[in-house]
Amino acid sequence: MDIKAVRAEFPILHQEVNGHPLIYLDSSATSQKPVKVIEKLDEYYRQYNSNVHRGVHTLGTKATDEYEGAREKVRRFINASSTQEVIFTRGTTTAINTVAASYGRANFSEGDEIVITPMEHHSNIIPWQQIAKETGATLKYMPLQPDGTISLDDARDTITDQTKMVAIMHVSNVLGTINPVKEIAAIAHQHDALMLVDGAQSVPHMSIDVQDLDADFYAFSGHKMCGPTGIGVLYGKKSLLNAMEPVEFGGEMIDFVNLYDSTWKELPWKFEGGTPIIAGAVGLGAAIDFLSDIGLDEIQAHEHKLATYAQEQMQKVEGMTIYGPKERAGLVTFNLDDVHPHDLATVLDSEGIAVRAGHHCAQPLMKWLEVSATARASFYLYNTEEEIDRLVEGLQTTKEYFGDVF
Amino acid sequence: MSFNNLDTLYRQVIMDHYKNPRNRGSIEGEHMTVDMNNPTCGDRIQLQLQVEDGKVKDAKFDGEGCSISMSSASMMTQAIKGRPVDEALKMSDIFSNMMQGKEVEEDGIDLGDIEALQGVAKFPARIKCATLAWKAMEKGVDEEKQG
Repeated sequence: MDIKAVRAEFPILHQEVNGHPLIYLDSSATSQKPVKVIEKLDEYYRQYNSNVHRGVHTLGTKATDEYEGAREKVRRFINASSTQEVIFTRGTTTAINTVAASYGRANFSEGDEIVITPMEHHSNIIPWQQIAKETGATLKYMPLQPDGTISLDDARDTITDQTKMVAIMHVSNVLGTINPVKEIAAIAHQHDALMLVDGAQSVPHMSIDVQDLDADFYAFSGHKMCGPTGIGVLYGKKSLLNAMEPVEFGGEMIDFVNLYDSTWKELPWKFEGGTPIIAGAVGLGAAIDFLSDIGLDEIQAHEHKLATYAQEQMQKVEGMTIYGPKERAGLVTFNLDDVHPHDLATVLDSEGIAVRAGHHCAQPLMKWLEVSATARASFYLYNTEEEIDRLVEGLQTTKEYFGDVF
Repeated sequence: MSFNNLDTLYRQVIMDHYKNPRNRGSIEGEHMTVDMNNPTCGDRIQLQLQVEDGKVKDAKFDGEGCSISMSSASMMTQAIKGRPVDEALKMSDIFSNMMQGKEVEEDGIDLGDIEALQGVAKFPARIKCATLAWKAMEKGVDEEKQG
């Protein structure tokens, strides 16, 4: 991977922040966008902005082709067997909520179990809490190992014949743990339970094959993979999606509308009520082209190198605590002595370094880690070892700055 | 490396309040309790107020958070203790204006240490840290008024 060429594709990276060259280490929150994606959005709005699936006119046809073309790109990217299995949503959150509200409401009842883990993002906790309350189902947590990984023995112990749904993140946005979702899906299926994978932190960084994983549902967001905000994907197995009721009703998703009842379009459109996120989908298609041209394996290898290097270098800073397993995805969550993560992030920001500080939308995991907040540096294809060196320097500066306080 | 910019935020008096918080703990005897947190970052404060005859007789806090939120809580309790409730609310207004970078009219109220937080206005991401304790105080006084 030619890192210089990659960085040249991201205009936002070439600026100074607070008098220093920007070092963006917050890609797990949202990634930056390459020129090709920005230009695609511009092209869409300048040249063929129109509503899809209705106009007879030329622009409408072009917009529809681009929108459905993006769906095909997503299908290939995650190896779904059909574009009918690719539903555009607002993001991962909406995708998971759709499954909970549609599948959950229709199929869960008292005595049923929904299995998740304490490391989940709030978006893979709260939809299940809500649907559990509504249906009388029980929300059950699979325990974590001390290093923040999942053991398959625990998965076997937690998933039972009462389990209807297992919902687990593929990669932790805090610990960087890469979870064995394929093996857990197999265990879930032995008990006739379904497997939903929150892929928000995996799809941007590694090659995903939903058929190989045998996931029943797979959810992810466009904005974390170089695409625009406001677009995401719910993948679902066709047989399941076909049997599910839509969650949103209105234009676009209907077949016939009578005075007192209506019928739905076929998949995937029955789940896409209202004017869809056309520009977002088209932009996501461009992001997929961009990532595919570089190659997901190359990107993963680059990030793995960065994560290993970062752990080595950061560990050298006295008072450093790093959370999560050694073998991890491209992010490092940490605390430095008693310096509160917000204070640390403010000092780093004054050096042009953007990191995340807080609970990372994972309050139950913070409780599990017995901390109120942490700082996180997360990497993507455009980050470099030199930037990690600057981060480490920034951490030393932070220590110096607060040194006489603590 | 220059810390000039940071120094406008992390003034010595702030760090002193962070390290040696005033009025940290709980009130014995009759009091009211307000819990408030900042959901975007996880900072949380528990404020206890003892209001008698329209005056803040005592104020104590407990909580978890960054230097700005905790020092602000320490300064706030120090500032409102012994003051009439109306004056405490007035101070909260003044503080809010200060955080928005507006010209502050003190109206004869001595702000004391609180003035040290003026620099926070230049760090928009941190304003909510500084205002958390004051928001908790306003909420408490409000609830007290409603009985």
